[in-house]
Amino acid sequence: MSWWNEFPSMNTATLRAVKKSIDESFRGFTREYGEYIELFFEPLKQFLIWSERIMLNSPWPLVILAIALIAWLASRNLRIVIGTVVTLLLIGYFDMWEDTMKTISMIFVCTIMAIVIGIPIGIAMSRSDRLQSVINPILDVMQTMPSFVYLIPVVMLLGIGKVPGLIAVVIYAIPPIIRLTNLGIRLVDKDVLEAADAFGSSNWQRLKNVQMPLALPTMMAGINQTIMMALAMVVVASMIGVQGLGQPVLKAINSQYFTLGVFNGLAIVGIAIIFDRTSQAFGKRLQKHQEVVHG
Amino acid sequence: MGDAKESPRISIRNLYKIFGKNPEQYVDLVKQGMTKTELNEQHGHVLGLKDINIDMPAGGIMVVMGLSGSGKSTLIRHINRLIDPTAGEVIVGEEDVCKMSPGQLREFRRHQTAMVFQKFALLPHRTVMDNAVYGLEVQGISRTQQLERAQHWVSRVGLAGFENNYPNQLSGGMQQRVGLARALTNDAPILLMDEAFSALDPLIRMDMQSVLLDLQKEIRKTVVFITHDLDEALRLGDKIAILRDGEVIQQGTGQEIVLNPADEYISSFVKEVNRGRVVLVETIMKPLAEGNPGEGPAIAIGTTLEEAAKTMTDANVGKAHIVEADGKIMGSLDIHEVISSMVTPIGHDDAIAAE
Repeated sequence: MSWWNEFPSMNTATLRAVKKSIDESFRGFTREYGEYIELFFEPLKQFLIWSERIMLNSPWPLVILAIALIAWLASRNLRIVIGTVVTLLLIGYFDMWEDTMKTISMIFVCTIMAIVIGIPIGIAMSRSDRLQSVINPILDVMQTMPSFVYLIPVVMLLGIGKVPGLIAVVIYAIPPIIRLTNLGIRLVDKDVLEAADAFGSSNWQRLKNVQMPLALPTMMAGINQTIMMALAMVVVASMIGVQGLGQPVLKAINSQYFTLGVFNGLAIVGIAIIFDRTSQAFGKRLQKHQEVVHG
Repeated sequence: MGDAKESPRISIRNLYKIFGKNPEQYVDLVKQGMTKTELNEQHGHVLGLKDINIDMPAGGIMVVMGLSGSGKSTLIRHINRLIDPTAGEVIVGEEDVCKMSPGQLREFRRHQTAMVFQKFALLPHRTVMDNAVYGLEVQGISRTQQLERAQHWVSRVGLAGFENNYPNQLSGGMQQRVGLARALTNDAPILLMDEAFSALDPLIRMDMQSVLLDLQKEIRKTVVFITHDLDEALRLGDKIAILRDGEVIQQGTGQEIVLNPADEYISSFVKEVNRGRVVLVETIMKPLAEGNPGEGPAIAIGTTLEEAAKTMTDANVGKAHIVEADGKIMGSLDIHEVISSMVTPIGHDDAIAAE
C-alpha cells in the first residue's frame, strides 16, 4: 500500500532526465540564437540608454520642472504638482537623485513598451471572443507566476543587464493594460456604436472615433495599474542588473542596512504616489464629459 | 442647404425576421402559417417580423406605430440594414438594400440615410458641433465644409450658442436636437427616426414634433418615424402602419385608421383620439350644386375639423364652404356636422356587440 501513503510520482531518474533535456535544449537554443535575439533587442537597448542619459545629464532643476509640467498638464491640480516637486526635492536632498532618475527612466520605457504592445493586443481581444479565451489564461499565468521564475529564461537568453530587466518588467506589468483595453472597448455603449454604424463608419472610423475615445478612461486605469506593477517589479529586476532604486534595496537586504533600505524604499513609494495620482487625475479628466449631468 | 437628391420611396416586400440560431430553417414553417408562440415553444426561435409589406411614400412622413415588442424598432433597422432580414426585400429607390455588399452598404448609409435614436446616442466626448459633423466626417468631407454645413442645421434646430457644449451639459430635449442636427447635416434623402421623441417630456415632445413638421416643409425627405404614441403618429404621419406582434395589422392615412379601424385592437387605441385634429373637412362636406357660390367663410381643403370649427365660431356663422387650393368650390360645411363628427361615434367594439 505504499502508493496510498506516498504519492506515486514519476521516478527520480526519469524526472531528472526530463528536466535535464528541457534545460539542455533551451540552453542549446540560447547558444544558437542568443546572438540574434540580442541583436533583435538592440534598438530597445539604445532607447533605454538614450532615455537614461537624458534623465541623468539634464540639470536637476530642469528635470524637476519638466516632471512638474507633465504632472500639471495631466492633472490640472496644483496640489499634485506641489506634492511632486516636494517629493523630488526630498529625494535629491537625501542623495538618491541618480538612482531615482534611473528608475524613472526605466519605468518610462517599460510603460511605453507595455502600452505599445498591450493596447493592440487588447483591441484584438475585444473583437474576438475566441482570442479572448486564449489570451486570458496566458495573462493569468503571467500575473501569478512568481516573478523570479521568468527571470531565469530571460537571463539565460540575454544575460544580465538592462534589456532582460526590461523584458521581465514588461511581462509582469503588461496584463492590466491588455485586460482593461479589452474591457473598456467591450463596455462601450451599444447605442452609440449603432449610431456610428448607421452613419456608415468603417471599422477603423468606429475604432478611432467611438471605441477608443470611450474606452480611454478605462484604459487609463489599466495604464495606472501597469505603472504601479512596473515600479514593484523594478526592485525585483535589480537582481538581474537593473540599476536604480532597487539596487540599494538589494544591498540593504544583503548587508542588513536598515536605514538604506528604508530611504530607498520610501523614494520608491514617493515616485509611485506621484505616478499614481497624476495618472488617476488624468483618467478622471478624461471622464469629465461622460458623466450624466442631465437625466 | 438645397437638396438636389430626389427623395426615394421605400418598399418593403415580404419581409421576415426570425431571431435565433438557425433562422433560415424556420422561414418556410412561418410562411406556412406557424404562429409566433408555436415557433417559440417548439423551436426556441423568436418571430420578429412576419410578412411585412409597406410602401413608404417618397418625400413624406411614414409612421410605424406599435407597442413595445411589436417589432417596430426591428423594422426600421432593416431599412439601413443594421439588422439583416431572414427573408424579403427592402427596396430603396431602385436598389435592394438586402443585396448590397458591405462596401455598398457603407456608401448607402453614408449618403442615403441618416438616423435619429431614442436614446440620442451622441458621442459624449465630442461637443455639439463635433457631433453634428459626424456623418460628414465619416464621408471624408473637408473640415471647413463640415463646419459650414453643420452650423446651418445646428442653428436651424435652435442650438445656436451651444456649439461648444458637451452633450452631458444639455437637457434631453436639447440633446435630441443635436441628434436631429447630426442627421440633417448628413444631407441624406432618407431620415430614419427610431422613437426619436419618446424619451422626452410631453411638452418638449410637442415642440420637437413642430420642429420636424416645419423642417419637413422645406426638406421634403422620406421620413420613417417609429413611435408607440398614436397621437404622435396622427400628428406627423402622412401614412401610418400599425404593427402588432411583428405583423402589420393596418396601414393608411391617419384619417382612414381613425374612421375605419381594422380590428378591436386598433379601435381601442383610436377611441381616445381627438378626432377634431385628425378628420379633414373634405371627409364630411356636402356637395354643392354647380355654380352655387356657397355660404359663409371659405375653408381650404385639408383643414382639420377643429380648425374649421374655430373659423366658423369666430365668424359666428353656422355654415362655410370648402375650396381647393386654386379657389374652386368643393362643397359646403355645417357646424352641426362638424361637431357631431368630432365626437367619438359608436366604437368598433360597441358595433360588434350590437350585432
